[in-house]
Amino acid sequence: MKLLKASRKDPLLRDLRRVLPPDRVRVAPLERSIMGRDASIFEGGQAGPVCFPISTEEVQDCVDAARRHGRAVVPRGAGTGLAGGAVPLEEPVVVVTTKMNRLLSVDADQAVAWVQPGMINLDLSRALAPYGLHFAPDPSSQQVCSLGGNVGTNAGGPHCLALGVTSAHVLAVEVVLMSGEAVVLGDPDGWGPGLDLRGAYVGSEGMLGITTAIAVRLTPNPPAVQTLLLAFDSVDEAAQTVSAVIADGIVPAAIEMMDKNIIWAVENFVGAGFPLDAAAVVIVEVDGLPGGVAAEADRVAELALERGGRVRRAADDHERALIWKGRKSAFGAIAQIKPNYYLHDTVVPRTRLAEVMNQVYEIVEEHDLQVMNVFHAGDGNLHPLLLYDRREPGVMERVHAAGSAIIEASLAVGGVLSGEHGIGIEKRDFMPLMFSDADLDAQARLRRAFDPDEMANPGKVLPTGASCADVNTLGKVPEGVWG
Amino acid sequence: MDSAGQAVIAEVLEVIEKRTGTALESFAAEVGSDDPVAVEGGRTRWEVGGRCPEGIRLVRAPAGIREFDPADMTIRVGAGTPVEELDAALAEAGQRANLPLVSGATVGGVLAVGRDDVYALGRGRLRDALLEAVYVADDGRLVKAGGPTVKNVSGFDLCRLLVGSLGTLGLVGEVILRTWPRPAARLWMAGQCDPAELRRKLYWPCSILWDGLTVWLHLEGHESDVEAEAAVARSLGCETVDGPPPLPECRVPAAALEAQEFRGRYLVQVGTGSAYVSEPVPLPEPDPAVVALHRRLKAQFDPRGRLNPGRDPLAAT
Repeated sequence: MKLLKASRKDPLLRDLRRVLPPDRVRVAPLERSIMGRDASIFEGGQAGPVCFPISTEEVQDCVDAARRHGRAVVPRGAGTGLAGGAVPLEEPVVVVTTKMNRLLSVDADQAVAWVQPGMINLDLSRALAPYGLHFAPDPSSQQVCSLGGNVGTNAGGPHCLALGVTSAHVLAVEVVLMSGEAVVLGDPDGWGPGLDLRGAYVGSEGMLGITTAIAVRLTPNPPAVQTLLLAFDSVDEAAQTVSAVIADGIVPAAIEMMDKNIIWAVENFVGAGFPLDAAAVVIVEVDGLPGGVAAEADRVAELALERGGRVRRAADDHERALIWKGRKSAFGAIAQIKPNYYLHDTVVPRTRLAEVMNQVYEIVEEHDLQVMNVFHAGDGNLHPLLLYDRREPGVMERVHAAGSAIIEASLAVGGVLSGEHGIGIEKRDFMPLMFSDADLDAQARLRRAFDPDEMANPGKVLPTGASCADVNTLGKVPEGVWG
Repeated sequence: MDSAGQAVIAEVLEVIEKRTGTALESFAAEVGSDDPVAVEGGRTRWEVGGRCPEGIRLVRAPAGIREFDPADMTIRVGAGTPVEELDAALAEAGQRANLPLVSGATVGGVLAVGRDDVYALGRGRLRDALLEAVYVADDGRLVKAGGPTVKNVSGFDLCRLLVGSLGTLGLVGEVILRTWPRPAARLWMAGQCDPAELRRKLYWPCSILWDGLTVWLHLEGHESDVEAEAAVARSLGCETVDGPPPLPECRVPAAALEAQEFRGRYLVQVGTGSAYVSEPVPLPEPDPAVVALHRRLKAQFDPRGRLNPGRDPLAAT
């Protein structure tokens, strides 16, 4: 493998600097070290030249240069991914799209906007406020994560329960393929015969190409919203209430659950008014037209009361905002307790929530760790946060062992590996637990149809044997990447 | 044997089938791995995207509901199940799947064709209905795409690729679909007004169809909400009607009608990019790069071209 010489004589660097101004092709050790990581626990990624293109043409030029020099390309947005999807392996060209951050157009009548991939998720919804529209996926990182990254991971968020994750909100993507061609997949009008290439692309974790523009479907702001804070004396009652709401035929905008430990951490951090004597709280938000909202909120309250819950309804927007502030501050609040955390992301059938939650507590106890749970209960998307201090000798082995056990427990009841974070490096080698060789082979075929040389973000998602690429063995993941 | 005994045996057999996937394995064996083969559903849109060669060997996907837990709002069903049978089973639990209720069509058929029904504006796209699919690949192996939960980003999203693929990438044997509550109230209205204004003034219209003069509107949801939205529509000149007009057979991009100042009978499905016309109109040529991706996908998934030969998803309007 050719490693970057980081000098002007490096022919790859010379070529990249021919197509991008020198200040947008960076090789300084600090820059490359920052780009060697994302928000996951993985360390030790190795970035090659870091490019900041500002147009589709410049992205094409970067890809062409990388191709000429036989170098892989890793697309990167804000780097907030949690599965190591943007961690570069073996010094690829890192193409960062954060400088392509404009809102290109809004068609309020058709409820479509074209955006550049580096635009921040929350900035889009803010820009759309005057139109009474918003972009529905709202990951907890929405203040910093990019829409290109949302497309890459098929991101979710609390408000994806009724409306679906990113794929349901992307009408078309402009993509630079590894051949250097730019192509629009899907159709912003919604028309389009042929294979759903758009759908195959969303969630492909940077392994099919580089997103350079996105046509997003916009959602009208609901005329009425009610937010309920339900408090329970046991996690079991909380989980059963969630299952009961779904079983009753109600699909709220969001159903989020937090357990005692995280309630305490959040209260201490932002004072959201969560009850400290509760074993778990469930936040239920129903939105839409006033009649349905009132009826569904009443029914949710009834189901909670029947299961021993206490019900508080947000009286106004201020109280509602405070409840959500509590929910969305959860990750920041954890630093008070332990310096490090490992956030997991599996999904289980909604009817098995209580059972799997109990198993999670048992697993964590067996491995002598602490856990907090704050998650999208309505779609069964668990997010156990394992807390640890990495300075403690041997703790990482226990963290990984507990994580594996949680994944296995989720799959055992008919669950899946990831609900919204993606596979990346983190769960690549767990893929055979969910998919057979034939299943993985089919995924590798999709990959090769787009990128025959496996040049885009190699070494992610597909485990050994699923693909011909020689970077796919765990042993070849650079030392230290596993943290 | 008494009927209770028979019921027990039937139940045991069902459990065995669930565990061993016998129906799917038989389907895979029938599809085989050698000769050209086409999958037959209800033949309601048999020639969409092109004709299979005369005399081609036909197979049918397994039928029947395999697993339905109303409390989880997902259902596992054989692809050969008629959509009307699926709908009837779900209706008993007050639910529905977001599949077009084409009379005589099968679940696998409507997914393979991938054409939305008139309710896509409000209920979402057909392509989002599919959570998991088990299909027979060109080499006869069973392949699982997606996963059984309502939210899942584990690996590449092959399910989206299968919807609308006309069975050219694999023959779907079984699927898991997300289900939704059936709305308490539904209402069709019609009148002569501006469809864009109607869409702007309503929060979540389920369907708006427009023939250049008359607008048809479908509302669904909680009773009082439907009533309130209907009042808005009435203020714009709409009245309650029995249902939508029959759809002309050819589906074309709405933008093509505008561009060509189309003068025949048409019906625009507002907000979905589609229109229906009685006579075909020239369609925009797809981007060569998109055509190339189609060829490469076909070459990867079915290099010998044995699955549903003669059909081209790009020609499936």
